[in-house]
Parts: sequence; C-alpha cells; structure tokens
Amino acid sequence: MNKTVTLAMGNGGEENNELISKVFYKAFKNEILEKSEDAAVIHGGELAFSTDSFTVSPLFFPGADIGKLAICGTCNDLAMMGAKPKYLTCSVIIEEGFSVRELEKIVRSMKIELENNGAIIVSGDTKVVPRGSVDKIFINTTGIGEIKKKGISSNLISEDDVIIVSRDIGCHGATIFAARESIELSTKLESDCASLTHQVQALIEANVKITALRDATRGGVSAVLNEWATQSNICIEVDEESIPVSEEVYGICEILGFEAVNLANEGTFVLAIKKEDAQKALEVLHGFENSANAVEIATVSDQYPKKVILKSSYGTKRFLDAPTGELLPRIC
Amino acid sequence: MSELQLKDLYDGFRDPEVISGFAKLIEQEAKKLKKPINIMEVCGGHTHSIMKFGLPQLLPKNINFIHGPGCPVCIMPKERIDHAYALAEQEDVILLTLGDMIKVPGSRGSLQDARAKGADVRFLYSPLDALKIAEENPAKKIIFFAIGFETTTPMTTALIDIVLKRSIKNIFFHINHVTVPEVMVELIDSRDEHVDSYNNRIDAFLGPSHVSVITGSKIYEEFPRKYNRPVVVAGFEPVDVMEAILMIVKQFNEERCELEIEYKRLVTHDGNIKAQKLIEKYFEKASLFKWRGLGNVPKSGYRLKSEYSAIDAEKIYADILPKDEIEDHKLCICGDILRGMAKPQECTIFGTACKPSTPLGSCMVSSEGACAAYYKYGNLI
Repeated sequence: MNKTVTLAMGNGGEENNELISKVFYKAFKNEILEKSEDAAVIHGGELAFSTDSFTVSPLFFPGADIGKLAICGTCNDLAMMGAKPKYLTCSVIIEEGFSVRELEKIVRSMKIELENNGAIIVSGDTKVVPRGSVDKIFINTTGIGEIKKKGISSNLISEDDVIIVSRDIGCHGATIFAARESIELSTKLESDCASLTHQVQALIEANVKITALRDATRGGVSAVLNEWATQSNICIEVDEESIPVSEEVYGICEILGFEAVNLANEGTFVLAIKKEDAQKALEVLHGFENSANAVEIATVSDQYPKKVILKSSYGTKRFLDAPTGELLPRIC
Repeated sequence: MSELQLKDLYDGFRDPEVISGFAKLIEQEAKKLKKPINIMEVCGGHTHSIMKFGLPQLLPKNINFIHGPGCPVCIMPKERIDHAYALAEQEDVILLTLGDMIKVPGSRGSLQDARAKGADVRFLYSPLDALKIAEENPAKKIIFFAIGFETTTPMTTALIDIVLKRSIKNIFFHINHVTVPEVMVELIDSRDEHVDSYNNRIDAFLGPSHVSVITGSKIYEEFPRKYNRPVVVAGFEPVDVMEAILMIVKQFNEERCELEIEYKRLVTHDGNIKAQKLIEKYFEKASLFKWRGLGNVPKSGYRLKSEYSAIDAEKIYADILPKDEIEDHKLCICGDILRGMAKPQECTIFGTACKPSTPLGSCMVSSEGACAAYYKYGNLI
C-alpha cells in the first residue's frame, strides 16, 4: 500500500478497501465489523447502527444539498439492513467564515428529510475551525434503526436469487461532475439523492423474500456487485442492456470516458431477491416514484466465483471490475 | 427540425444486429484466408472499444488483435513523469495535465502522489481551461504538461496561440506530444540493434480516426507502399471496428495492399489544414523521443521551436529537471509483446517486478495494456 494517503483510497473501490482492511480492520477487528455490511447489526439482531461523514463540492447541487445527503446517507445504510431509522446524531465541522444563512438552509434540508424518515436527531456536536482547515463544512451523522426484518445479509446471496436495481443509475455522480467542472449541458439531470426507507419497509410488509440490499453510493453499482460476488462467493452475470441509464448520464459518460456503473448514487439501491419473489418486489418498487423504473439486471451463477460478468446483447462478455483509482476522465 | 440528440451520433453504430451481421460476413470471408492474420490497433482508444465491446469473441480464430502502443499516458517514460513531478513540487507552480496522466508512476511516484504531498496538480478537460486558472492565480506559474497524439496536439497549440497573442505571462508548457506513424515504423522496421523488429507478426494496421481527422489519412501512405502493410482508418464504435476488420480481411483475400478509410464521416486525405499549420508554427520534431517500453524512437515527439523558449518550461526549469536516463528494466519485453512476438507470460518480470501498481513497461500501465489484462484475468475470457 502507498505510504501516503491518496484520493484514490477514498473512491469506494479497491484502494479504499485496502486502506480499510489494512489499517482500520486490523486495529478494530471484531465479529460485527468484519461482516462488512452497510450497517452493523447489534443487540441480538434488534438494532442496526451506522455512521457516515459527508463532504461534497458544491454544497448545493441540482436535486439536493449536503444536508439532505447527510440524512439520506445514514438512513439508507440503516434501511439496507431492513431497519427503520429512529435516532440520529449529527456532528458538524464548519470552516471559519461560512455563511450562517447557508448553514440554516442545510439544516432545513436535514429537518425535512428526518421527518420523511420518521427519525430524530438526539445528540450533536459543533466545531468551528480556522479558514482552510476544512472545505466549508463537513457533516457526520450516526444512526440507530429498529430492524423490521432479520437476516438480510450480503454474505448469503445464492443462485436462487436475482439482482434488481431500483432505478436508472449514475445520476448523482454525473450531476456532481457536471456541476464541479462547470460542464454546461442543457439537461434535466439532477442527483437521485433520496431516502429509501419507505421502499424497503414496503418490501418487508409485502413479505418479499429479501436476501440482500445495498445502496450504490461511492463506486456505484459495479462496486456493490463486486462486493457481493466476493462476500457471497458467487458469480453475478449482468445483462448489460438491461441496466437503466438515462440519456443525460450516458451523454456525460460518453464525453468524459466514464461508465455509468462506476458513478455514485445517493438514492439508488441494488436488491438480491429470491427468484420466485422478483416479480412481487418489482411491483412494490414500481409503486414509488423514485423506483418506478426498477428492473432485474442480473442472475447468479457459479461460473467464475467472486467475479461479475457483463453480457452484451450481441453475445460477448467481459468482466466488470470494481472501480480502481480516482475517477478520472480518459484522454483516449 | 428536431434537435440533434447525442444518441443519434452513435446509435446505429452500436446496433446488435449490425454487429452480428458484420461478425457473420467476417467469418465467411476469413474462411478464405491462407494464413491467420494479426491486426494491430495502434490506438489505446481502439483497444478500449475492442475490450469494452468484447469484439475478439465475435471473430474467428484466424484473426487476432495485437494491442498497440497508442496510449499517450502509458508510453510516457519515467524521465518525463519525473519532470512533471519536479515541476509540481515548486512552491509557486500549479501543474496542469489531462485526465489519467496523473495516476501513472514515475521513479518518485505519480502526480497523484505529488498532490497528496501538497503539490498543486490539477487535471483539465480542455487545455483552454488553463486560461481561467491562470487568471485566478496571477501570482502562480501555471505549467501545462501537454500530452497526447496528433489528436490533442492542436488543442495545445491553440492555447499557445492565445497565450502569446494576449501576452499572458504566467502560462508555460512542457511538451510531450507524440506522433503515430513513427512508432508504427519502429515496430515493423526498427534499426535498433536491441530489437528484432524484422520478425514482427503485425500483418495490418487499424488507424485511429481522430488522429486522421487532424492529419488526414495521408500519414499512412508509406505503409502499404513501402512496408507492405494494409492500413484502414477506422472509427471507435463497435460497428466501425468490425467493418474495418472486414475491409482488412478482404484486402488479404483479394491480394490488395492499400490505405482505406472506414471512417468516411469525418476523415479526408488531407485532414484539418488549419490545425496542421498551427502545429507547424509552434512545434518541431525532436530527433528522439523516449517511449516507455520501446526506448528512443526517432522523430516521434514534438518540442517547442527555440523562438518560443520564453514559454518552454523544459528550458526555464532546466536546472531543476532531472536529467539522468532511467533504463527500462533489462528483462522487460514490451517491445516484443507490442510486435506480437511474445505473450505477457513469457516475460520473466511479469507479475513480479512488473505489476499494475509498479509498472515497468507500457503494457502494464493501463488496464487496457496486454500485460495488465493478462495479469488481472489470465486467459479467463
């Protein structure tokens, strides 16, 4: 591993995993942590517990802002373990000189999203640091949720499951790239940032046989599929054509040389569902605006364990790797 | 009139039925081939398309690809990256370059590592973005580490043109632009005593369309004539590549050896004269340019003409730029792999001294290089 920390180590892909396992897991090693789920399952399987820190530039972007992101991020991690978010803590580090008005705007977004999830902030902390010590504002949220369905785990996916994605992918990553690099496009593109609690609760209430859920944040859908293939020792065979990608996202990918499957999402999740319940799961998801175009994208096999294969509509296939390095535009 | 949508530009060229149709035509035509043929796609962009769309799986066994040296990032030698690193380390410098250049390691690390240690390194989408950065940072020296083949060269010269016309005082250039035909000659007709290029297995070339949009197809005229190698200038969509392969196979079957253009949408014989004039105005060929894994290739790289020394970072910073030559690893057989004479596993340092995280030859640098692909997948798919 590199002697200094590089941006690549925070990409949600291979280098990121290496940093986590060689530094943090090594020191903090325990049975719960090593399950490597979106949220830790504690208290005899009754509670889910998760934390996430948020830094994004720009702070306000089409579709959401850092405040909404900070609540959705942690609540979604809890939801992915079948939990209903209940109590959150919120800790902010603010750069000297930051506008109070913008801070209020961010907090208002947080409030709305908390109400949407039925969760409350029960403890918090504020630090102000000298100019230049952080980039405007960093927010950490930590949350506890009540598990409504036990046994959801990324380590249990088998050939009896199919893989579903909840909506068209890559919107958040593409929006942030376009905003950050001031790529001016006349598009309706906006971040998919949204809470997933209601969809997950609806799936549980409909008794859908859920094996695993994961929100496709940093590293995108390809990171989720690769983590699942490794954790469950399976081969995931993706039908490339079936992955929903909006024309706007596809356009940005074409211009910059990205792949939509590697772009971050903030309100999109991947589901491993027992085959016989796939249709039922899709019907539930289609009842929500944010997952109206949910679709099955992959099946599970034992062909190449721990690998993800992309199959094209004209009969070729290739491995889909977990993203590595910093997401950089290709020059050729 | 309805607005032009992005997908209108590629839609027909990714059509599964058309791709399958070409696959059938190629298969029929390839049955008539007297011996297997090896086609080198010179450009990294073509390699990317071929890998991404899995095209080798659609081709009969007697048609093979040899992945060429046409990725400007992969072929950048450590010496040049060390230059960029040293420049980036200067207190008052902002170093700019294009995209994935920042991840390739030199002898002290990559530009990403330099950035992690505090250097101000930024990547651009367009060289003209440098103007804004220069304006926002008047006290800094903005150095553009310019890379790329003929495709990106005119963008650098356009920036130079503006910098000189507007007398902008804080933008400088470190030029690493390279050219395609010279390295193709190196692969099939090298006079270098260390390589046995006469036994190369390259039977035909796929030329990149975007290079020829600038240069015209004329740059390849000598290959069929002098070296007996057909060249087809092709686009990057899967249908383009498949059609170009069919054109090459037909040439062999009809015993023709010609320069043909598949990408007729934009490529002409003469190319973009205005861009060519701009390049001629500011640049001249250096006698040698070193390529990672291939060594010095005559007349394959550009440098600023001496009258533009005032903006030439290589001259201004000559005192701090490392000058020692760094030998390619003696056991690296990149040159043979690029000539189709060896497979990556035959290299004794493959996977040991040379890995994707510490690449020695260019074939290991990018995920599209032959060695990196073998390292990752073996012969799996």
